[in-house]
Amino acid sequence: MSYTTMSILIIGMAVATFVCKASFFLLGSRVVFPSLLKDALEFVPVTVLTAIIVPLVVAPEGTLDLSWRNPQLIATLAAIGIAATARNPLLTIVAALATFFAWRFVVLA
Amino acid sequence: MTTGNDSPGLNAFLLGARDTIPMIVGAMPFGLIYGTLAAQALPSFAHSQLMSATVFAGSAQFIALGLIAGHAGLVVIWLTTFVVNLRHMLYAATLLPSVAALPLRWRTVLGFLLTDETFAVMVARRQSVPDDPEIRWYFLGSGVALYVTWNMVTLLGLVFGSAFPQLQSLGLDYAIVATFVAIVVPQLGRMPHLAAAIAAGLLAYLWQDLPYKLGLLAATMAGVAVGLACARWRAHA
Repeated sequence: MSYTTMSILIIGMAVATFVCKASFFLLGSRVVFPSLLKDALEFVPVTVLTAIIVPLVVAPEGTLDLSWRNPQLIATLAAIGIAATARNPLLTIVAALATFFAWRFVVLA
Repeated sequence: MTTGNDSPGLNAFLLGARDTIPMIVGAMPFGLIYGTLAAQALPSFAHSQLMSATVFAGSAQFIALGLIAGHAGLVVIWLTTFVVNLRHMLYAATLLPSVAALPLRWRTVLGFLLTDETFAVMVARRQSVPDDPEIRWYFLGSGVALYVTWNMVTLLGLVFGSAFPQLQSLGLDYAIVATFVAIVVPQLGRMPHLAAAIAAGLLAYLWQDLPYKLGLLAATMAGVAVGLACARWRAHA
């Protein structure tokens, strides 16, 4: 692919991405969602963030691994427990990372 | 005399940047790997850096490298980029109440800077501090911190990529999972939200092999529908 074609390709990708990211923001207060859609949007954070992480946690190598030898799974179970009881995000993150690396490089070493 | 510490805007900017640090740690390996792969797949370092600077969307950038290597046409790559990034429309719609009243230049910049990571920290921020008057600065701080580091690690990957062969296996990307868990779990106390999350997670696993992140999009929408149905059912029960 020539230099010019590649530049056009990348700028086009930037435009396509910007349309997805910014359309609603650019319309601003002119966007009025019907109440059903407003109710629906309330569920977007929990669903999309869960949908991103579940495959990474239960199948880190691509196939389902629900065993104790899966450090992502062990650390995430610990994180869920801590998040549910302590409600301190930083503590959850640090404890999850500590569990993950300890499991990976100490328990499974 | 006014010092930086007296500026609520600057404080919110720094707070947004700080709360994004775990995500930055998690995203750094991907930026390095992107730079390493782009150095081979694209005709110049300038093009590789241009993509991180103007597209600024990790998954779309990786998929584009694959399509370019496979000699896909421009329109195919543009359409794929659009579909892969569709989830950002859901993010923007969700965050719209925080930005709708801002001047156009703010909405343009914040839209450009919107990513999975910044969406997640914004969700957590709005939960812990509803109606934060400085939320635009918080958003900007998170977005700028991620943008600057993403472009820096892209450059590092371009120049020194071959020196970091083991980076992917280190597991730093687990920091993103840990942060998402910390954000999601406190929101699962209500039954409809818990049901929505379980449905979305289960379906995301089952549909993970669908191309262009369509499985993620479909699982999210199905989870939202489950949440809505549970909320309605409870209201009428």
